[in-house]
Amino acid sequence: MKCGEIDIRRAYHLLRTIRRSEEKIIEIYSLDVIKSPVHLSIGQEHLAVGACMALDDNDVLFSNYRGHAHYLARGGSLKAFWAELYGKSNGHARGKAGSMHLVDMEVNFMPASAIVASAIPNAVGYALACKMRNEERIVVCFHGDGAADEGVFWESLNFAALKKLPILFICENNGYAIYSTQRQRMAGGSISEKAERFGIPASFHECPGTQQVWKLVSEAADGIRNGNGPQLLEMTTYRWFDHVGTDDDHDLGFRDIALRTGARNRDDVVKLAALLSPADVMAIDERVEAELAAAIAYAETGEFPGSDELMGHDYV
Amino acid sequence: MLSYGAALLEAIEQEMERDQSVFVMGQGVDDQKGQYGSTLGLHKKFGAARNFDTPIAEDAMTGIAVGAALAGMRPVHVHQRMDFLMLCMNQLVNMAAKYSYMSAGQVSVPMVVRASIGRSWGQGPQHSQAPYPFFMHVPGLKVLAPTTPHDAKGSLIAAIRDDTPVLIVEHRLLYGNQGIVPATEFEIEFGKARILRKGSHVTLVGVSYTVVDCLRAASMLASCGIDAEVIDLLSLAPLDSAAVLESAARTGRLVVVDNSWVTCGAGAELLARLQESPLGEHVRAKRLGYAPVTCPTTRPLEDIFYPSPRSVAVEAMKLCGRDPADLGELAVAREIEEFKGPF
Repeated sequence: MKCGEIDIRRAYHLLRTIRRSEEKIIEIYSLDVIKSPVHLSIGQEHLAVGACMALDDNDVLFSNYRGHAHYLARGGSLKAFWAELYGKSNGHARGKAGSMHLVDMEVNFMPASAIVASAIPNAVGYALACKMRNEERIVVCFHGDGAADEGVFWESLNFAALKKLPILFICENNGYAIYSTQRQRMAGGSISEKAERFGIPASFHECPGTQQVWKLVSEAADGIRNGNGPQLLEMTTYRWFDHVGTDDDHDLGFRDIALRTGARNRDDVVKLAALLSPADVMAIDERVEAELAAAIAYAETGEFPGSDELMGHDYV
Repeated sequence: MLSYGAALLEAIEQEMERDQSVFVMGQGVDDQKGQYGSTLGLHKKFGAARNFDTPIAEDAMTGIAVGAALAGMRPVHVHQRMDFLMLCMNQLVNMAAKYSYMSAGQVSVPMVVRASIGRSWGQGPQHSQAPYPFFMHVPGLKVLAPTTPHDAKGSLIAAIRDDTPVLIVEHRLLYGNQGIVPATEFEIEFGKARILRKGSHVTLVGVSYTVVDCLRAASMLASCGIDAEVIDLLSLAPLDSAAVLESAARTGRLVVVDNSWVTCGAGAELLARLQESPLGEHVRAKRLGYAPVTCPTTRPLEDIFYPSPRSVAVEAMKLCGRDPADLGELAVAREIEEFKGPF
């Protein structure tokens, strides 16, 4: 188990990297160099950072189409990420994936899926393989509240509980499926209450910060690593921008602007910076800007894949 | 000599012996019947962890097989009816088929899906379908439909060892058929059809059980002096259109008998490829398959819903410019009469 406290300096570096990447995407999106949908993680970065920092290197992550924060928090390549957004052949999947299917096998970050809940059983299957091979690693599956609308989520949870598989479900509950609230879609109690009925530890946490997420995930991972079977952590959070794209959607009237104000007031990028010395913050910020500039330059100077690349990577 | 079911069992036993990453999951795969004998006793021989019954949750269980395959295992997921694959479409089409391409080859999904298809004894609207054309449509999936016990064994071994998701379609009426099967391990070749009977007047092409229809039709035609060539497609994706076109170039006449509906079927694809080739204007061709309706349960309607040796022979006679009235009688196939379910 991870002991002591989270490394604030490293956590802030990751948070800042994700935040600045997302802001940069917003800044350049109208230039149409990305030419593909993006689902921004902005406002939810701290869940990914707290969780990923609590894991071991050989643990396996399954994400989803809102995966920028997961990928970068896990240590996925920033350069390959930016090149992939640009559709270049120096991207992590040679331009064949884009923002919705991030992958970096160097850090056990599995290819993400753009279909709600669809990678959840894949994560459970990976955990089954880990158990069959008596491996110590665990699988972590990030999903949203919308995934719990899908039957496959509950089927997967049942099987994971039935076979006591080494998997941690992290439900990032941002309250909305596009513009529908959770209550418009779902009867009964919370997702974690229902999950608990499968006989697994499942708990609900209202807007936890980076440090709390790190503690929760460290403890859960420890129990799972000891062979105690799956667990679920439901953590509420807030998506600052639109479901897809880079617009601020608060003018659409489906959610109150006060919610955004509240979310911005508890922004962990600001909170963690306040825990560091101004000199540390300045140094990290400068480093992030340099890394980001290098990654964007790498993307801009990369080549588009040649037409001979269309057919590869499937059998034909 | 081994039955088709026993040949599948021999294949899986040899693969599980050889490779610890191979395991078998599915509804009832460790029960007393063992999917027509094809999984019988695996849990006793290899342990319950490598041969287990699953919840009735086809969507998640398919996804779980996909995930295990991503982790380097080689799952074989068995379905008692291919109709149930409609519940697995998202995982097969959106996930299993896509992982390799969307990761630029960084991961692969070496999984096998076995599914029973087939007619007889009142299986009706939701227990008789063979929607293999749906899967032929999707890049990233391979589809095999072995007809003989030999090819059943070779297909399963080839599918397990292949790094892409492979679907094996098995007709219920074939499980009891006997044939010569090598005791050693061997693989069939993807994308290679088999010529089961040489002939010079007309080419009959079948899929799974309709290959048996074609062979019987060939006998009926022989007694009228027509020499039919019979091709077992075996590999539906990739599809060996070259073998079919080569045969049709020799005979000048082609009948493709799908084991599913005609629209967008294997026959549709083969005839399209024929038309695109220089042979197009020289070969007369006809497609057969299920009647374009839902499968009825009652026997008299069931009998005319499916293609039969007679319906195949009739079309071949017409293509040859002969009167179908010249065809003799043929008793209903033994396996159709003998099959009494209830499964």
